[in-house]
Amino acid sequence: MEITRRRLLVLLPGAAVAWKFVLAGTPEAAPNYKLTEHWWAMLIDIPKCIGCGSCVRACAEENDVPEGYFRTWIERYHVADWKIERPEVESPDGGKNGFPPHADDGGKNFFVPKLCNQCADSPCTQVCPVGATFITPDGVVLVDKSYCLGCRYCIQACPYGCRFLNPKTNTAEKCTLCYHRIIKGLTTACCEVCPTGARQLADLKNPKDPIHEFLRTHTVQVLKPHMATGAKVFYNGMDGSVR
Amino acid sequence: MYPNEVELQWSVLIVLYPFITGLVAGAFILASLERVFRVQAVKPTYRLALLTALAFLLVAPLPLQLHLGHPERSLEMYLTPHRSSAMAMFGFVYLWYLMGVLLLEIWLDYRREIVMLSQTTSGALRFVYRVLALGSSNVSERSLRIDERLGYFITLIGIPSAFLLHGYVGFIFGSVKANPWWSSPLMPIVFVFSAMVSGIAAVMLLYMLTTRLRGQQIDMRCLDTIARYLLYTFIIDFSLEMLDLLQRIYEADESFRSLDFMVHSRLWISQVIVQILLGTVTPIALLGLMQILKFSDVARKRVYALAGCLTMIGIFAMRWNVVIGGQLFSKSFLGYTTYKMAFATREGLLTAIALMILPLVILWVLVKLLPPWPESASLPGSSSLPGSGAVPVPRTS
Repeated sequence: MEITRRRLLVLLPGAAVAWKFVLAGTPEAAPNYKLTEHWWAMLIDIPKCIGCGSCVRACAEENDVPEGYFRTWIERYHVADWKIERPEVESPDGGKNGFPPHADDGGKNFFVPKLCNQCADSPCTQVCPVGATFITPDGVVLVDKSYCLGCRYCIQACPYGCRFLNPKTNTAEKCTLCYHRIIKGLTTACCEVCPTGARQLADLKNPKDPIHEFLRTHTVQVLKPHMATGAKVFYNGMDGSVR
Repeated sequence: MYPNEVELQWSVLIVLYPFITGLVAGAFILASLERVFRVQAVKPTYRLALLTALAFLLVAPLPLQLHLGHPERSLEMYLTPHRSSAMAMFGFVYLWYLMGVLLLEIWLDYRREIVMLSQTTSGALRFVYRVLALGSSNVSERSLRIDERLGYFITLIGIPSAFLLHGYVGFIFGSVKANPWWSSPLMPIVFVFSAMVSGIAAVMLLYMLTTRLRGQQIDMRCLDTIARYLLYTFIIDFSLEMLDLLQRIYEADESFRSLDFMVHSRLWISQVIVQILLGTVTPIALLGLMQILKFSDVARKRVYALAGCLTMIGIFAMRWNVVIGGQLFSKSFLGYTTYKMAFATREGLLTAIALMILPLVILWVLVKLLPPWPESASLPGSSSLPGSGAVPVPRTS
């Protein structure tokens, strides 16, 4: 084909668009994944959690979480008798290496895994000045680290203390619900390694997901419901002392 | 506490941000007293107040910029603002106040002098004044009347804009529902009144200092009037803060025990001693005393200077207690963290000091370029300058 000036002018824009795609690289394969067919959540079964810290370690490894910061962590609660408003809570190194034995003084002890609540009406998304924090159509709150200013307003706005500023990237960071895994049909790293099944990824839009049966038959709560954030991490068997 | 909360996110630079914008808004409100509310007694401070507001406003974005993890992306707030974010509006509120209000008002007020000076000076200074004149050279009676009328109109718009500038800063904190120390509908109002307090005190101190440095007599009628307005606004500000405190104590919600402990431990010195006792109750008592008893001019000057300095310390402490105090406790209401201020880092003490000195340097340059003094009427070729006190231009209403 002879390249005339006219043809060149027609071809150039097309070539530019094609070149942009070449530069962007090949997207990760997520065959048949339709964003609008999912609405992700998580179920935490508190009585099942043994505080082993596997989830914290797996998360740190999977997501390259910097030392001293946590996308997920475990808290150990100790409630002495009726003092439900004054629990003792500890989380040494986020519970990454488990917990030392607790002196038995007659109170109750239990573990509470924490992570981003993937709020449907998340305050962090609301306050981000440039929209670097956003909610995906399948219900996961993500941070675009190539866009985040590092103003840290989102960290202040999160009622659950789930966010931190990554000292390597100087951008806000938090649990992504292992988005890179779940869109490929895998479960999250923390759920994958949990030895007791205390954490379960749930798809609220999937009618066959066992979450529906679980929610129907158990007493579940979300953290700080008065914050009205539309939290999607559901806790089974959660004591009133948990905050 | 939640493990990610150990690290404090907003440093001393974010303390400076409301402190500086407060000075801007307060200084502007003081200037508007003369322009709009016809409080003639404060006229000697009118231009100084405007230049002070400008000097501090030019520095206001710097602490924010230095604080960002990615300062190079800050322009995205203008290009792709997230409409639901209170912070996204900062750039627009700031630009509006800078370009739409302050620069315009100062330019209109000084236009005649600028034009005169562009004709009477020489060398680089002449070039500077020619640039500042923006091509205007008409100083006819008619054009000056238009300047005056327009200036009055801009001051009218400027008052709600100054409220917006600082009320907005209060909203940034007051709208964070996750943080009970900040979350309060009173926050923007408290910020506006504390801004007026700090701005009036700052201009009063600057007026006293510059008059003394120039070997001139302080206009006591002016100083007494400013001090009186400082007292009035301070009483309103303090009442609002006490109302907020009373409400919190009486309601005693789930966060109260945690916050109460924080005030009685980590914030005891900065809040109770410095902010409330030293920086609020003492200056209010001193200023109140001046209203009740008769003192000599020298005594009044000294008391005003002391009250002004204590006020500045008190308002700075208030900003500190809001910003830093709001991050010392855990949102789980179980546990506290500490703020260790670095020294020679991007967000350290040295930077903060430099940022507080910078507006004064800018003000010095502005004062040299555009003298705000009443006797600047003696400038070459400007024997009857408007607004200079020599031949007052009739102000339209």
